[in-house]
Amino acid sequence: MSNPVKIKVENINFYYGKSHTLKNLSMDIFDKQVTAIIGPSGCGKSTFIRLFNRMNDLIPNTRFEGKIYLDGKNIYSPGVDIVDIRRRVGMVFQNPNPFPKSIFDNISYGLKVNGIKNRHTIEEKVVESLKKAAIWEEVKDRLQENALGLSGGQQQRLCIARCLAVEPEVILFDEPAASLDPISTKKIEELIEELKKDYTIVIVTHNMQQAARISQYTVFLYLGKLIEYATTNELFTVPKNKMTEDYLTGKFG
Amino acid sequence: MRKQVTQNLGFGLLFLCITTALFFLGTIIYFITVRGVRILSWDFLTEVPKEAMTAGGVAPAIMGTFYLTVGSIIIALPLGVACAIYLTEYSPRSFVVNIIRMSINNLAGVPSVVFGLFGLAVFVKLFGFGVSVFSGCCTLGILVLPQIISAAQEALLAVPQSYREASLALGATHWQTIRSTVLPTALPGIMTGAILSIGRVAGETAPILFTAATFYMRGFPKSIFSEVMALPYHIYALMTEGTHPEQQTQIAYGCALILLFLVLSISAAAIILRQRQRKGYE
Repeated sequence: MSNPVKIKVENINFYYGKSHTLKNLSMDIFDKQVTAIIGPSGCGKSTFIRLFNRMNDLIPNTRFEGKIYLDGKNIYSPGVDIVDIRRRVGMVFQNPNPFPKSIFDNISYGLKVNGIKNRHTIEEKVVESLKKAAIWEEVKDRLQENALGLSGGQQQRLCIARCLAVEPEVILFDEPAASLDPISTKKIEELIEELKKDYTIVIVTHNMQQAARISQYTVFLYLGKLIEYATTNELFTVPKNKMTEDYLTGKFG
Repeated sequence: MRKQVTQNLGFGLLFLCITTALFFLGTIIYFITVRGVRILSWDFLTEVPKEAMTAGGVAPAIMGTFYLTVGSIIIALPLGVACAIYLTEYSPRSFVVNIIRMSINNLAGVPSVVFGLFGLAVFVKLFGFGVSVFSGCCTLGILVLPQIISAAQEALLAVPQSYREASLALGATHWQTIRSTVLPTALPGIMTGAILSIGRVAGETAPILFTAATFYMRGFPKSIFSEVMALPYHIYALMTEGTHPEQQTQIAYGCALILLFLVLSISAAAIILRQRQRKGYE
């Protein structure tokens, strides 16, 4: 049995200036599952997921071709509300990037920009999001303190809480643990495990063990091409492609 | 061994330079204070000039300089910040925008007397504001506009891209991102630019020469369309006109001291404001 398709990627190509970074990719991402994207540095993993919330629109000199459907609607068709897409498809970045504001204001930010004004609702949401992101216990007595005073791992969980507050449907994780220590990494992984009950999760990671531990599906990218896409179980135990096998066994990377 | 000598020589030279700079700064403050402080009194600060500038106080000039400084910053700061936001956040990085940027930087090098003539032609005559506080504020505002734009641009460019991405990723619009994240983060840097402009504006004589300043007033300006006395112009007038150089020179030094103090206190107020802003965002 497989869950319904949440995001459908259809023949996409992406160019940075003249360099062709993503080559004719197509794949389905399933609802309420964790899909991991693995591959060596520079293979286009981050560029790929940044297409799902149109983050690459911000980068000058780039060109996108193809279609990406979210719940059957092409998010690249003209006239689509990009702001709404970004609200529905949240993102957690590689380096924790809390705003230089208080912990409370970091979480309430997304609510305010989305038009929620009621103080009571905001307060409730902030607490709820911090609890969901498993950071409430650590910060409940210092909500008015500056978020930059938190440790790297705490900052990253705060960023996850910030993302949860606007109630996205999909959460994109761009190597969320790349700059964190093993204990913080473990916390983030446990959290993702928990979040997949309610959200569709796409995670980029260069750490194969991490992909194996937390994902249900894994896609292997190499030099902008989709080499293999299968359930994590299959891909790690019986890879069909020779290249995937070589990568997993560490012959290149 | 030789490396050590070179290093010591280098440090020595640098130390000499900073000492020279401090020496001149110290001397200026010393002379102005010593010569200016003699004439300072409550009456000097609160009275209007009397007996053809040889007695009485300089209160109208103090107020005039205060009005001109605050007024021009009120005009230039929002305008300059808005321009900077447009240039850094909205405009595409194209050839034309680069030309605009370069022009703004070059504008900062235009002699202030040219701005004075421009102010006379445009604000005083063309727009019909007359020789007035308002014309002076506009002229001074335009004079410091390039400086404020540059400082604001620097400050905006220094805001990490990751803040913008974080905000947009939460479903904030471009404008919400600028207003709620970019601008607050850049504010201390923008303030620094504004503070430097305050000193420039308060001390300028040439731009107000034909647009705002008058040599003598019996009281304070009645509206923003009245002429006004100003400290730098008053000093200039005292030293070049009149028939009693003895008394006039003394008064000029008094004015210089007050001007120095005025600039320092406006700057100090702005610095305190900036510090309080920073606390919230660090």
